[in-house]
Amino acid sequence: MQQELNPFNHELEKAFSAHSYSHKFDNHVIFATTKNLLTVMGKLKDEFGFNMLLDVCGVDNCQRPKTEWSHGVRFESVYHLLNMDKNERIRVRVPVDVDNGEIVPSVMSFWKGADWFEREAWDMFGISYLGRKKERLLTHHEFVGHPLRKDYAADHNQPLSESLEIHFEADPSITPEEAMKREWINIGPSHPATHGTLRIMAEIEGEVIKRSRLEIGYLHRCFEKMCENHLYNQVIPYTDRLNYCSSPMNNIGWCKAIEDMMGIEIPDRAKALRMVLAELSRVIDHLVCIGAGAVDLGALTSFWFCFEQRERVYELFEKLCGARLTVSLTRIGGMAQELPVGWVTDCLEVVKIITKNIEEVDRLLTKNPIFVQRTKVCPISAEDAIQWGYTGPCLRAAGVNYDIRKANPYYFYKDVEFEIPIGQQGDNYDRYLVRMEEMRQSLKIVNQVLNNLPSGPYQSLDKRVCIPPKKEVYTNIEGLMNHFMLIMKGVRPPVGEIYSATEAANGELGFYVISDGGQNPYRVKVRPPCFAIYQSFSEMIQNKMISDAIAELGGMNIIAGELDR
Amino acid sequence: MSTNKRLVSALASRSEEDFALDRLIVTTKADSFLEWAKRWGQSNSLWPFPFGTACCAIEYMAVVGPKYDASRFGAEVVRFSPRQSDLMIIAGTITEKQAPVLKRIYDQMADPKWVIAMGACASSGGFYRAYHVVQGVSRDIPVDVYIPGCPPTPEAVLQGIMQIQDRIKKGVSSYDDSRKVQEAAFDKAAANAKTSTH
Ligand code: SF4
Repeated sequence: MQQELNPFNHELEKAFSAHSYSHKFDNHVIFATTKNLLTVMGKLKDEFGFNMLLDVCGVDNCQRPKTEWSHGVRFESVYHLLNMDKNERIRVRVPVDVDNGEIVPSVMSFWKGADWFEREAWDMFGISYLGRKKERLLTHHEFVGHPLRKDYAADHNQPLSESLEIHFEADPSITPEEAMKREWINIGPSHPATHGTLRIMAEIEGEVIKRSRLEIGYLHRCFEKMCENHLYNQVIPYTDRLNYCSSPMNNIGWCKAIEDMMGIEIPDRAKALRMVLAELSRVIDHLVCIGAGAVDLGALTSFWFCFEQRERVYELFEKLCGARLTVSLTRIGGMAQELPVGWVTDCLEVVKIITKNIEEVDRLLTKNPIFVQRTKVCPISAEDAIQWGYTGPCLRAAGVNYDIRKANPYYFYKDVEFEIPIGQQGDNYDRYLVRMEEMRQSLKIVNQVLNNLPSGPYQSLDKRVCIPPKKEVYTNIEGLMNHFMLIMKGVRPPVGEIYSATEAANGELGFYVISDGGQNPYRVKVRPPCFAIYQSFSEMIQNKMISDAIAELGGMNIIAGELDR
Repeated sequence: MSTNKRLVSALASRSEEDFALDRLIVTTKADSFLEWAKRWGQSNSLWPFPFGTACCAIEYMAVVGPKYDASRFGAEVVRFSPRQSDLMIIAGTITEKQAPVLKRIYDQMADPKWVIAMGACASSGGFYRAYHVVQGVSRDIPVDVYIPGCPPTPEAVLQGIMQIQDRIKKGVSSYDDSRKVQEAAFDKAAANAKTSTH
């Protein structure tokens, strides 16, 4: 899918042709080396405005077709950057000779947000970064080996004997008197306020958190390894369980990535249906975030209000496919099935009810003095938010007007009317307001799409991805062949790699997919929005009260499924 | 109320009124009555500890939420302190990193205690045959009821809770069973040690 080159591409090409610049699947790609990486990054950041680091990940090339990695080095460190003004993304690939002890310079000096991504690359592939400690991030501390390397068996379990003790490094700047006043407390991983599996080790003085360490990975379910062992369509149920509060959005993100790679244009009806599902999911995701966040602050009533609305949407999903939470509603090339009779009317009715009922939540919380005071904490500036790689409501609450639905409208987002709410302070109260308004806008979108629902097929007719109609299978040989090939060999995208992003409830959900032309993906990297946001948590809560930290955690809406994957 | 329940048969010499009165009276032994009352109370006032880690925990929220309302079964007082609860509901995937935490929390619960493994992941690892996922929590702790599903529907979870109630009323728990097995193994080892020293 080579596209018309625009002036920006030409500029990039001129500046980076020496670094084998290429433009494939609508992605800019640059090859750098460990020696010139920092120069390239500096140039991209300062001259080309790539001011946000989206993702850093490792790749193990050992079983990949040679044409895709002609440099002959087994490992690669891959970076994805974003230029928000031009809405351009770029990929920088750096071959790393790990076996001979080559070390990659850390890009922490450009972006603080590289922190956990680099740690993860070491954890998963054993790629070392200069000046970074080799600490496990997702796997446990007794783990041996690097699980995403191709020679690590997917089912090789390593039980853990003792969970990690709470600990802090000795810090010479802390005087003995200060140290006397401090204590260590451990919050989580099984704590009501951590919504699941996050663990915070805090050093406190009175009620004020002086230092903290975050421990994640308690829900590391090896999503990326599982993808490598399954067919492209079989990955869809796994994506459901990334951000399980809004499963359909992950389905859509995954399918869109593969469709972009194969150059498939899905039918209008499928696009519209995906939009409806995505916006409904955004609403229920925000409902959980607001409801559960309010519970942490002691407001139980609004939780029941929120959950009641959520149940209504669950019912709609149940009518669609039988499942409530993990729906797997999309397929590569379109949707899994047609809408049942009467669904559109039901949905419009539900939209009307929810639109009315979220105003009750609004009345309970927005002007509630306790809620306001407790959430007006931990503000973050726009610059910091970009530094850390914030996306989604948390970024917009900090005053940055960036939403992929507007910046790069996929499907029919350019044809529907909606607005993007922006905050000012970047604190939790602003995040709450942004989420409330986004729900209203999403319901508006659902309304518009359903009232103009295109007719036609719900699946693409492309024979590479969709089974032909039964009639053709039984009556002509070509149909039979296509059916046979698809069932036996599955969907097979062309050799290559793509990064494709959609606006999920928590921010930019990116899928970086590498295909070797086979029936399973060669490598999948998810860019989960939470991951980038949560790594800033330690800094955000420094010198804040514990109760503020709890409010902050609720406002960030960390979903362990996509954080740990 | 099955144990030692006996209706006192009316004596032929008694009047109609006496007869009617006797029909309303049940006699039983005091201790078995107390046992029955204890089990009845326990089964209808379960205090669950939701060990929620993943997607199943979201569905568990729906179970205690307004529509499915677990309080109809007396199981809505969700406690996040293991020391206050008698039913552990493992809702979600347990990873290798999480397993020691789960074990420790389970040990902190006072007995009698019961465990529900909610969902495919907790029961068997589910569709994650993966290097960091425990293939079923029964490896580490005794489980009373497994609820299938990914995630199970709230109806299924309610049925699971009712099955726990049944088990309580019958006085069985996997915790007791596992303890008996452990004690037997201990006794055997002790006996072996004795014979070998002779
Ligand atoms: S059983 Fe399914 S829904 Fe439940 S935690 Fe596992 S993957 Fe999630």
